Amino acid sequence: MRIVYTDVLVVGGGLAGLRAAVGARRRGQDVIILSLVPPKRSHSAAAQGGMQASLGNTFKGAGDNEDVHFEDTVRGSDWGCDQEVARLFVHAAPQAVRELAAWGVPWNRVKAGPRQVVMDGQHVTLTEPEASHGLIAARDFGGTKKWRTCYVSDGTGHAMLYAVSDQAVAERIPVHERTEAVALIHDGTRCHGAIVRDLVTGELSAYVAKATCIATGGFGRIYRVTTNALINEGIGAAIALETGVATLANMEAVQFHPTTIFPAGILVTEGCRGDGGLLKDASGHRFMPDYEPEKKELASRDVVSRRMEEHIRAGHGVKTRFGDHLWLDITLLGAQHINGKLREVKEICQHFLGIDPVKDMIPVRPAQHYSMGGIRTDAAGQARGLAGLFACGEAACWDLHGFNRLGGNSVAETVVAGMIVGETMADFVESSAGELQVSTALVREFLEREQAKIDTLLHGNGKENASELMRRMQDIMTEKVGIFRRGDLLQEAVDELQALLLRSRKIGIDTKRAGANPELVTAYRLQKMLKLALCVAYGALQRTESRGAHFREDYPRRDDASWLKRTLATWHDDFQTLPTLAYESLDVTRMELPPGWRGYGAKNAIEHPATEARVAEVATIRSAFERADRYTVQQALMPFDHLVPEAFRGRNARPGEQTS
Amino acid sequence: MSTSPRILTLRVLRSSPVEGEAPHWEDFRVEEAEGMTLFLALTEVRERLAPSLQFDFVCRAGICGSCGMLIDGKPGLACCALTRDHGTTITLAPLPVFELIGDLSVNTGKWMRGTAERLETWIHSAAKPDLTAVEPRMEPELAEAIYELDRCIECGCCVAGCGTLRMREEFVGAIGLNKIARFRLDPRDERSDEDFYDLIGDDTGVFGCMSLLGCHDVCPKGLPLQTQIAFLRRKMVAVGLK
Repeated sequence: MRIVYTDVLVVGGGLAGLRAAVGARRRGQDVIILSLVPPKRSHSAAAQGGMQASLGNTFKGAGDNEDVHFEDTVRGSDWGCDQEVARLFVHAAPQAVRELAAWGVPWNRVKAGPRQVVMDGQHVTLTEPEASHGLIAARDFGGTKKWRTCYVSDGTGHAMLYAVSDQAVAERIPVHERTEAVALIHDGTRCHGAIVRDLVTGELSAYVAKATCIATGGFGRIYRVTTNALINEGIGAAIALETGVATLANMEAVQFHPTTIFPAGILVTEGCRGDGGLLKDASGHRFMPDYEPEKKELASRDVVSRRMEEHIRAGHGVKTRFGDHLWLDITLLGAQHINGKLREVKEICQHFLGIDPVKDMIPVRPAQHYSMGGIRTDAAGQARGLAGLFACGEAACWDLHGFNRLGGNSVAETVVAGMIVGETMADFVESSAGELQVSTALVREFLEREQAKIDTLLHGNGKENASELMRRMQDIMTEKVGIFRRGDLLQEAVDELQALLLRSRKIGIDTKRAGANPELVTAYRLQKMLKLALCVAYGALQRTESRGAHFREDYPRRDDASWLKRTLATWHDDFQTLPTLAYESLDVTRMELPPGWRGYGAKNAIEHPATEARVAEVATIRSAFERADRYTVQQALMPFDHLVPEAFRGRNARPGEQTS
Repeated sequence: MSTSPRILTLRVLRSSPVEGEAPHWEDFRVEEAEGMTLFLALTEVRERLAPSLQFDFVCRAGICGSCGMLIDGKPGLACCALTRDHGTTITLAPLPVFELIGDLSVNTGKWMRGTAERLETWIHSAAKPDLTAVEPRMEPELAEAIYELDRCIECGCCVAGCGTLRMREEFVGAIGLNKIARFRLDPRDERSDEDFYDLIGDDTGVFGCMSLLGCHDVCPKGLPLQTQIAFLRRKMVAVGLK
């Protein structure tokens, strides 16, 4: 039995995992990162448009601060997020951007003086302040009051990932590439590491760790049409679910990105619209102002995606043999802007469509993009239900995003949550709770169990075809658990997915080799992905309201009275075919920003009984502290300082703002 | 318009060092579809014809650099290669130079990590950044110039297209030299030209390049490798002559 020991085991080599690893390493812990692919190939690289942080350096960002970022985030989440976590996040985001600047990320910088931009279809001249020359610039993104999205052309995720990955090399953190965690080792209360499969040799080994962090990203590949990379299959979340004690939250909260090229589903950044691009229909009409007069193309993603699908249903889409699409028009931005700030978009259009977006409109349609749900953690990143297990990034439900996340908030979450979880894990390892007390007998039991599962797949007498079941699952999710959801279709989806889950226990494999074996990998991952798909579909069926990205045609209103709560899914027994769902209420009486209208989208929510009183209370506190600074007011409304790790305390300085 | 679709033959150089399977060509026939890329074609082959076929796609959008291979003999990213730009028979082979994993899969990760460690491809700065303070300024044009060189996706096409690397295994390749050019340009990195000379001032570095410039021709990101190598050589000569 091969056992590797380490203080901290990070599963996933994308931005979140790398940043957490660097944090723990700098606190003196031994860290090992497991990654399916070389870390610089992680899906973080595909984040194009930028990361939100309230630096307030630009003309259109002036007056921005944590308070504004906080309110945008909560409204974006449709009040589904954890407001304390949102506070912690907006506080640490400027620090994360500045740390990345020190690590070499070539953030676009403010150039003082007049410049031409496109806003609401018009060419406008903005004059950037002299005092901000050379500071980090920001562009506009959906659902934000200020221009807050810091960016590196449209290769932001790439630049960030390379900088953080190189920091991990500088810290001499070993990355075990082409390895996959297939199970967590645990005793029902404490996680002791993971069983890991070498994807080249097929060998299983045990990695025993004091702290284990899951940072494996989202699970978009349970859908057929998705912007997600092929590796975003959600296996990290699934192995947490399979412990029977760790909890997944809000799995039905799935984001669809408005602009993915049709029909391939490859992302083109929200920066296209942030920089002034327009959405048009088959007749060339700009339709978003008809639906959303205030935010137009720059309402939140859930709202824009729904409006697009609504417009297509009304018969205004462009008809092709692959289905209908709409147009994204960035021609008005001009060649210089596109060639400089949107060059990945340009390359994607050239490679996959054979068009030049300087001259041609881009065919787009919404596609699955982001998983708001994931492993439920507390604000420090500790997973619920299993000590020693942590999670960060898209794999986690830290609950910054609630039922819809804002563009630019996820790539920011990766590094911010990584910063925090790195500290949390170091604290844990240094504490007495971090001591390892695991028997090799338990480790062997897990190792043998996983080996037996693989042997059954390889040498059992199953006849089902894994690729075929995978395709069927993806079709069900895209067709029945998509942007518009309905009780009858969701019930069909749940029934069919359960049937697939039963069939997946009888998969047969032609390729018998134990080593690199893509067929085997598809088989064991599918078994896990079906459980995630069931969490999504069943959660969506049970949630009889519409909130953020979860839209029920049969229950079109947000229902705070009944549904201002987080869905919790567990899978106690490997033979059950549905998750066990439970709910935890969000406490209105402690919210800094009580529920209300988002400022875009429908205005028809059913109010929570406690909302009115909390609104009055917040107003009273604000008037009582009328002359106090904003920090004091915030502290009175919803204290969160106790959640900020020592290393990231202190007030964020901005040009022209007093911090004391 | 309604001509019948082409039947493509994908001629793949297959092998499996782990299983002791020697390299051999194997043909797979697939029907061409509109807008078909090699990613789509190979995925179909694996699902229908050869479930054991190994290749590495991740983003399938030309961003992550995973799927470099020899396409009709030339290094390129398979996910961006449209089949309509190729003949009815397309030969596919793994990138040379890198350790072979099997079929079209090679270990670029190990090579790139080695490069990062050897050339120390991170910002070297003695100062600890003050995270709550307003960030140090940088000229907008300089930030953009750094990004130009930061766009490398470490796909390994330049390495596979390099003549020098066939003769000098220790050569850092265009990817390595471009990294040095990137960090040299970045004022946040406190290393001097003397420091860089220690890293690349010999035959395994900038003086090993024979200027065949296959790297420049095959770079899928269109990085200015030719100018950067020439520029770096001039700067390093200046240090060498001191």
